[in-house]
Amino acid sequence: MTMKSTVPNTLIFLFACFLLLVNAPQSMAQQNPATKPATEIRIGYIRAYEPQLALSVLDIPPADEGVAGAKVAINDNNTTGRFLGQSFTLDVVQTKRDEDVVPAFREMLTRGEKYVLTDISARQLLSIADLAKENGVLLFNVGSTDDILREQECRSNVFHTAPTRSMLADGLAQYLIWKQWRTWVLLYGSHEPDQLFADAIRRSAKRFGAKIVEERLYKDTGTARRTDSGVVQVQRQMPVFTQNLPAHDVVIVADESEVFGSYVPYRTWDPRPVAGTAGLIPSSWHPASEQWGGSQIQNRFVKATGRRMLGKDMQAWTAARILGEAATRTNSSDPAKIEAFIKDENFSLAAFKGQKVTFRRWNWQLRQPIFLGDGRGVISTSPQEGFLHQFSELDTLGVDQPETACKLN
Amino acid sequence: MRRYIYLLAGTFAAVIHTGPVSANAVYVSNEKDNTVTVVDSKTMEVTKTIEVGQRPRGITISHDGKHLYVCASDDDTVEIIDTATHEITGTLPSGPDPELFVLSPDGKTLYVANEDDNLVTVIDVDKKSVISEIPVGVEPEGMGISPDGKTMVNTSETTNMAHFIDTSTHEIVANVLVDSRPRFAEFKPDGSQVWISAEIGGTISVIDNASREVVKKITFEIQGLRSEAIQPVGVRITADGKKAYVALGPANRVAVINTETYEVEKYILVGQRVWQLAFTPDGKNLISTNGLSNDITFIDTESDEPIKSVTVGALPWGVTVAPD
Repeated sequence: MTMKSTVPNTLIFLFACFLLLVNAPQSMAQQNPATKPATEIRIGYIRAYEPQLALSVLDIPPADEGVAGAKVAINDNNTTGRFLGQSFTLDVVQTKRDEDVVPAFREMLTRGEKYVLTDISARQLLSIADLAKENGVLLFNVGSTDDILREQECRSNVFHTAPTRSMLADGLAQYLIWKQWRTWVLLYGSHEPDQLFADAIRRSAKRFGAKIVEERLYKDTGTARRTDSGVVQVQRQMPVFTQNLPAHDVVIVADESEVFGSYVPYRTWDPRPVAGTAGLIPSSWHPASEQWGGSQIQNRFVKATGRRMLGKDMQAWTAARILGEAATRTNSSDPAKIEAFIKDENFSLAAFKGQKVTFRRWNWQLRQPIFLGDGRGVISTSPQEGFLHQFSELDTLGVDQPETACKLN
Repeated sequence: MRRYIYLLAGTFAAVIHTGPVSANAVYVSNEKDNTVTVVDSKTMEVTKTIEVGQRPRGITISHDGKHLYVCASDDDTVEIIDTATHEITGTLPSGPDPELFVLSPDGKTLYVANEDDNLVTVIDVDKKSVISEIPVGVEPEGMGISPDGKTMVNTSETTNMAHFIDTSTHEIVANVLVDSRPRFAEFKPDGSQVWISAEIGGTISVIDNASREVVKKITFEIQGLRSEAIQPVGVRITADGKKAYVALGPANRVAVINTETYEVEKYILVGQRVWQLAFTPDGKNLISTNGLSNDITFIDTESDEPIKSVTVGALPWGVTVAPD
């Protein structure tokens, strides 16, 4: 008896459920993607940071330089992620400059990080690169411009969104050649990064047919920087430092350490334009770039951070967006799929630079245009017209495949 | 050479346009000098310049031709211009940084892409009020609406998706991944497909409106041009659905595509950085805005040859033509 009565009841119940199902909005699953259990994609960020001095207060790097760019990209990735059930998080670890970063990195490994953005020195990066590889971790160098990381010390698990010094110098050199300013004087600082930038300038001069008619070294003797007496001294020092130079079109400054470079413009003995690390400066981004949809990322960045977007912010934004793009397009958080996607020859990203950015597959350096700007705005963008290449004009910037010392294994 | 082509095209156009050609006002938004230029479609001459708000980009006209709507992006508003007096008579609450919009087929609802806020704002045109705000992907831009008005498509430039929105519920019903920096969405007149341009990807994705899947990807190749210089932006499809026109940005050309075969049949050289397109109501002419050469080009849609270029304001962006 009971059996007989329950069977139709069950049927009625099932039928009711069926009715409910068919009457539900057809598109429910797609309508409310946010209600799907989200797949978490964690992105690590390791940086060596100490407050830095600059010759002008306007040039003091903000404390969140780079990290802020990654955060804006995480927001962008999450907006897209809502539609696919993906959520992105950023895990920032801070160490000191020249500190051993291995312990901090090991902790990131125990937290399960598979993708780590690095803003550390080349030496620090090399101390964790192979450890990362053993643990299936992809590193994205967003801070170091050292060419050696893409050449002799390149790694198959290290991508570089920061341009190299040779790319920056070539971007500048192409413009100077286009301007027919072919005769250069090179003033360089005494610290290692200054020497490396000077090397890149020498290489560019040779590559594009400019002539360096004289070089002068400015030794860092630890003098006063922005003090009153400093400024008085500077006004007398810089003309003397640039006196009796052979005829030249432009003064190139190589002073990444900010010891004298910013003092050179308007203070040279001969009235000449200044370029390099001061004056007309090459970089991966400019805080005033509005072209190619740039005003959109600039507005977004200012709204999120209260300051304007710098080169390192763009480099970190690009790295975190590359991971977001890979996760979106593969609809996956599987590291193997994400790595394969990024390493595919058809990989590209839109980065507000007028053309897609792609990777050089021989050393995983991001191909990208170089902005040339002064303190106020963008003067030009390289590659310049007429610098041709059989594969990509972006490969006229920096060390090209036939010359590379990189052997990826 | 180019002048010679124009001359030839002009002669040809003169021959075929023997019947009476109706004069319609062509409205062009000039992004850099905060004006809208009015051009007579028959004489192809500038008749008026209207001062508008800051950074005018998206531009469209009411179906009765009485009101012009202009996105004043940097004023965070949509301005309404009376086409009889050329006066700004009011504004619509567009939300921040409106860039592009689309008017519903019944003319009652305006859908606006708010680029900075990842939103599509739905506006009741008569009441001048916001009906809904729909969260979409990063940097919403392209806006298209199906001929039956039931489906609206928005593209988001950094998310790289076409978001299909049900206009009765204001909910997203499908998200379709397309190539990098999708800029424009154009439905075929029969509503069967929507064509999405991707500026950085350099492609057109043709999406089937029933399955919501990409059924075809169209690529472009122009001899002597780097592939990076080919950046599809504006798209328009003829009323009979047979031909699609795609503005190719810095490639300075408009591509003509056969919608049956998806083959590019021709590249029409216009001006520098060709951005948006509009047909005249009779379909005989297509007008392109050429941002960097500060002009627009009239194209004959029968021969697909340029007829004449007309200088307008600084950095012409969008274009719309008054109905008959």
